[in-house]
Amino acid sequence: MIHTSAASDGLARVEEFEGRSLWQDARTRLFRNKAAVASMVVLGIIATMAVLAPYLSPHPYDELYWERIQAPPDFENAHWFGTDGNGRDLFVRTLYGARVSLLVGILATTVSLVIGVTYGAVAGFLGGRIDNLMMRFVDVMYSLPFMFFVILLMVIFGRNIFLIFVALGAVEWLTMARIVRGQTLSVKRKDFIEAAHAGGVSNTKIIFRHIIPNVLGPVIVYMTLTIPQVILTESFISFLGLGVQEPLTSWGVLIAEGARVMEQAPWMLIFPASFLALTLFAFNFIGDGLRDALDPKDR
Amino acid sequence: MFAYALRRLIVAVPTLFVIVTIAFFLMRAAPGGPFDSDRVLPPAIEKNVLAHYNLDLPLWQQYLTYVGGLLQGDFGPSFRVRDFTVAELIVSGFPASLQLGGIAILLAIFIGISLGAFAALRQNSGVDYAVMGVAMTGIAVPNFVMAPLLTLVFGVYLSLLPVAGWGGGAIENKVLPVIALALPQIAYIARLTRGSMVEVMNANFVRTARAKGLSERLVVVRHSLKGALLPVVSYLGPATAGIVTGSVVIESIFGIPGIGRYFIEGALNRDYTLVMGVMVFYAVLIILLNLLVDLLYAVLDPKVRYV
Amino acid sequence: MTAVLDVRNLDTRFATPDGEVHAVNDVSFHIDEGESVGIVGESGSGKTQIFLSIMGLLARNGRAGGEVHYRDKQLLGLPRRELNKFRGVTLSMIFQDPMTSLNPYLRISRQMTEVLVEHKGFDEAAARKRSIALLDRVGIPSAGQRFDLYPHEFSGGMRQRVMIAMALLCEPDLLIADEPTTALDVTIQAQILELLADLKRDFGTAIILITHDLGVVAGLCDRVMVMYAGRVVEKGPVRDIFYRPQHPYTLGLLNSMPRIDAQGASELAAIPGQPPNLQNLPQGCAYRDRCPYAFERCRVDDPALRPLDPAQWGAAREKACHLERLEGRRQEAPTLNGGVLA
Repeated sequence: MIHTSAASDGLARVEEFEGRSLWQDARTRLFRNKAAVASMVVLGIIATMAVLAPYLSPHPYDELYWERIQAPPDFENAHWFGTDGNGRDLFVRTLYGARVSLLVGILATTVSLVIGVTYGAVAGFLGGRIDNLMMRFVDVMYSLPFMFFVILLMVIFGRNIFLIFVALGAVEWLTMARIVRGQTLSVKRKDFIEAAHAGGVSNTKIIFRHIIPNVLGPVIVYMTLTIPQVILTESFISFLGLGVQEPLTSWGVLIAEGARVMEQAPWMLIFPASFLALTLFAFNFIGDGLRDALDPKDR
Repeated sequence: MFAYALRRLIVAVPTLFVIVTIAFFLMRAAPGGPFDSDRVLPPAIEKNVLAHYNLDLPLWQQYLTYVGGLLQGDFGPSFRVRDFTVAELIVSGFPASLQLGGIAILLAIFIGISLGAFAALRQNSGVDYAVMGVAMTGIAVPNFVMAPLLTLVFGVYLSLLPVAGWGGGAIENKVLPVIALALPQIAYIARLTRGSMVEVMNANFVRTARAKGLSERLVVVRHSLKGALLPVVSYLGPATAGIVTGSVVIESIFGIPGIGRYFIEGALNRDYTLVMGVMVFYAVLIILLNLLVDLLYAVLDPKVRYV
Repeated sequence: MTAVLDVRNLDTRFATPDGEVHAVNDVSFHIDEGESVGIVGESGSGKTQIFLSIMGLLARNGRAGGEVHYRDKQLLGLPRRELNKFRGVTLSMIFQDPMTSLNPYLRISRQMTEVLVEHKGFDEAAARKRSIALLDRVGIPSAGQRFDLYPHEFSGGMRQRVMIAMALLCEPDLLIADEPTTALDVTIQAQILELLADLKRDFGTAIILITHDLGVVAGLCDRVMVMYAGRVVEKGPVRDIFYRPQHPYTLGLLNSMPRIDAQGASELAAIPGQPPNLQNLPQGCAYRDRCPYAFERCRVDDPALRPLDPAQWGAAREKACHLERLEGRRQEAPTLNGGVLA
């Protein structure tokens, strides 16, 4: 009989070492990515501004200033972004719009995360014909334009902000499900799982040290990339007039208003559009950075 | 190969059924009918109107009638636009949408792939970063922001192109809408191509091609390109869906008399048959296009044909 | 006899965000016509990077310095177009994993005929004929019918045969085989090695066999070069090295090969520890932390490769070690699949 204790001890120690340093490695790589770091800062600023909105301006977001309708930016009266067509302060409304957009982004993505991860993990875990069927369904749903379903739902059930979360989340879960299912399948098959089994590592350890870290990576990356998609979709339907209702506002609504009068009052378009673009950029850069950090390729 | 195509086609049919059924029942489940906001009609007239639109039949019968009609190309009458059937509205709007969407997707493919390959071959150079940076803009900036901006620059400040309107199909009227429609897809395809090419150029089999002493031109064109384009071909399905989606807002912004605009008006007016008709129409279109894309993929990747 | 390949002071470094990786450190060797040389070492020893440097296949962040001569032509630093006159023509390289090394989107016919068309100006028909003949020679059954198939329609062993045939189309002077059998079953391994031995005999091609498996070297090679942490640690004729290794690492490798006829309970004699980090090489001998014979001088002085007395040790023996004489011996010569080292 050949004693393998020393060998497998060494193996287990190597695994531990690698398991821990993978995340540290990823973190180092991420912070080395200047675009990603800059984006995180920008996002942090915008989010903080959104949270502190009421304190950053003396004007309430729904107050109408009759004397200053559609006025350009005006520092004396603390209308830093000017006013809109109804005489409301644009700065405050942009920040309130930020609240809605960011909230919708995060919550809807969470919904899609929950649905997608569950669906994908179940499919990947069960495998075989059930998996086949479930993925066939995803394929079918995938080829349809989401927008239309969301709009349909908005039209039918009214423009409830919670419905927007659910609707947006419900259409974005497909890719998440695919990713999670793919990862589950590939991890199930990986040799090192068999090796760990053979080496006597317990099932729980396998799940936590091997399966979850491998699935977690792409899930995080995709989440970061889904948030801007959702924000974009929400802006899109708000732009069309099917999104949040008055007096609540979102960037999409503001942009729609701004686009209508852009010749006379370009600031009404430029400010909310810039915020939207910046936020989307930031999320995309962070998502890209995360992807590179967790799975570096020779880029 | 033929069996593969047939199989894909067979999957498509139930898909359509699912869509139609979901859409139908969703619409019927909606609170409030299509005539809620009209004045209250005397009962006799109301009964006639309901009968005309089949709304007095039991639900399942309405469904069967609808599906039966669909199979014959009859989408039912529009609830809002009197005296027009949905089919007629779709047909009238289709040419405009087709022109915009068709040109946009072609632009997206040719410009996107060229830019992406160009950047990939100059990996990590200034040109690469510049191209990818611009591409990022195209992706992050939504088309309903881009469209007004483009209009502002080219239509208002430079007065080169008309600000809105179809102009009976004049070329100047098509330029801005097509560009606004195509930009996000050009950007995405460029990034996709670049990433994919970089990955393929680092693959083992490309190393083998170089080890065989083949010229760089052969290495890129014969060995790398096919593999690199696969993800792009896969993306063509979602790309088309994206253009269809985008057309909805672009047509609204520029006042193009296309199907997208009808859809929005239908949605805002709760014109059920119109909305459903457009959805079904788009669904058929997208499923057919996806089928084509699948076939194209199988042509490029021999491994898929035998699955 | 002129050397087919003469490498002097080859030095390859990679620039990474974490620092410079010194993958190949002052490596010199030569290979004569018709010879076969085994290059042995662990992953990360630099054995593959040597030949990627020579063939101009280094990654973007790699730089190679030194001198590499094919006959009398300097290869290092040649522009791609010039290098392509040698690659695939007089110098060929095959790689470890035949599945990923063949282009999955092109037919085998295309991947083979293009070599003859591009380098020798053959027309399609002639190229096909020659390619099929060569496929036949390497043992692909019904080569003519299989010729237009795709790589995924071949088995692993057959793919490697295809790779070998592809590499020999222009009758190169030197074939560099980078772990050609690592990804294959043991029985297929033996077949491939036998094939290489056959071809070497018939075509007179010099072969460089890169591997981590000493058993493979024993069956095929005349000379062997042992690599560790980017440096050559021992060189010499195969039989001499195997019977009387003079570097502790070589001894360690030989001892760690499990023997199916081992008597009684015995531990697998693995070499303890890990290879050093190539970004952060310790001072002195790179092997010192794992060497049971290390002494003071080993921690301070990096041993240079020095020739051993031919009278005592045989011709062309060199080693990089401070020990005068290594006493540990391998009990018996390693064998390959039951065959005894002749």
